[in-house]
Amino acid sequence: MGIPAVQLSAVIAVAEMVGSNRIMLAQKIVNPVGNANLDPDEEKKLRRSMVEKALTALQAEAGEQVVLR
Amino acid sequence: MIRVVHYVNQFFGGIGGEDKADLPPRLVEGPVGPGKAVQAALGERGEVVATVICGDNYFAENIERASGEVRELVLPYKPDLFVAGPAFNAGRYGIACGATCKMAQNELGIIPAITGMYEENPGVDLYRRDVYIIQTTDRAKGMADAVSKMMNFAGKLLGKQSIGRPADEGYFPRGQLVNELVDLTGAERVIDMLLSKLRKEPFESEVERPVYDRVKPASPIKDIRSATIALVTDGGLVPKGNPDRIEMTTATRFGRYDIKNVDTLDPADYEVSHGGYDSTLVRQDPNRLVPVDAMRDLERKGAIGKLHDKFYSTTGLSSIVDIMKKVGQRIAESLKAEGVSGVILTST
Repeated sequence: MGIPAVQLSAVIAVAEMVGSNRIMLAQKIVNPVGNANLDPDEEKKLRRSMVEKALTALQAEAGEQVVLR
Repeated sequence: MIRVVHYVNQFFGGIGGEDKADLPPRLVEGPVGPGKAVQAALGERGEVVATVICGDNYFAENIERASGEVRELVLPYKPDLFVAGPAFNAGRYGIACGATCKMAQNELGIIPAITGMYEENPGVDLYRRDVYIIQTTDRAKGMADAVSKMMNFAGKLLGKQSIGRPADEGYFPRGQLVNELVDLTGAERVIDMLLSKLRKEPFESEVERPVYDRVKPASPIKDIRSATIALVTDGGLVPKGNPDRIEMTTATRFGRYDIKNVDTLDPADYEVSHGGYDSTLVRQDPNRLVPVDAMRDLERKGAIGKLHDKFYSTTGLSSIVDIMKKVGQRIAESLKAEGVSGVILTST
């Protein structure tokens, strides 16, 4: 049926309002999957861990709404 | 002489109750049941030449097929006006009334069509943008009043008179914005509305607020190691030159961009068409928005089966909800056709 989707957004309230089922907190509006204050290597590690976490949301039952912070 | 065809369900057609809800559509000549009230409203000016009777389940379970069958039954009678119901609060009946009126407008020689429903009838939300639905009470006790309102309104449609506002004419708003010349400026009108709101007085918004529906969550991915995951964004990341001309605000389009054999997004290849955020950091490193580099790592490691070889992009700024719903549907169809099992959607 549907394809599970996890939405990464720094503004969770909007994602919840519009009815996203799987939501994960992103870093910043201007830098969702990154952090410019980190060294490039550290930033990439952060991105990796965020994406791995996002994948866990895709493997979880969503119930009403699932929000990962 | 106005020729009218009337649609009713199995109950109002006098055939039966739920036991007859599977009845395929059939046509009888002349008015049946509430059709007699329709005929009375017409008086000498017209005639209910035929009535289509159909089971509510038959229709609701296959709307397209049933609409087509009704069309075939009605075409030979060459009506000038199509009347359905009224359905009051009966949901399946409301859907049938809405669908047949829509069919009549589009396919029966574009004749006017009218129906009536109670505000909570699901047929209202489904069809109010396509057809005129007169507001009725929730019970058949209101039949005479409903038919009278419907036929009055039908007279205006037939006479090609200008149709006023929903509240004035008694139909459900059709989502149409109509330009009107008024004395007060927009600023004056909105302050008046705000003052009314603060005083807890009724006020009428000029713009419809979007309604967000809830979608049943898709089932989780069972085997992530063999899954194809796609990246989608509303941050407006596009190839240099914005080949698909994704609008930087109020977008109506999305793009699909090839990342086959791309290990990491190269800033030289991309730009951002999005007026709602400072895209400096994303333009420096597009992976900050569309995390291709991280996904490739996971793909190499075997944590996922495959990163889908296209990413999807649109711009989420001052979007029109209805348009973005369609964009989302089209992206989903594309993903489904390409065997994608899961999506990571990154938003700015």
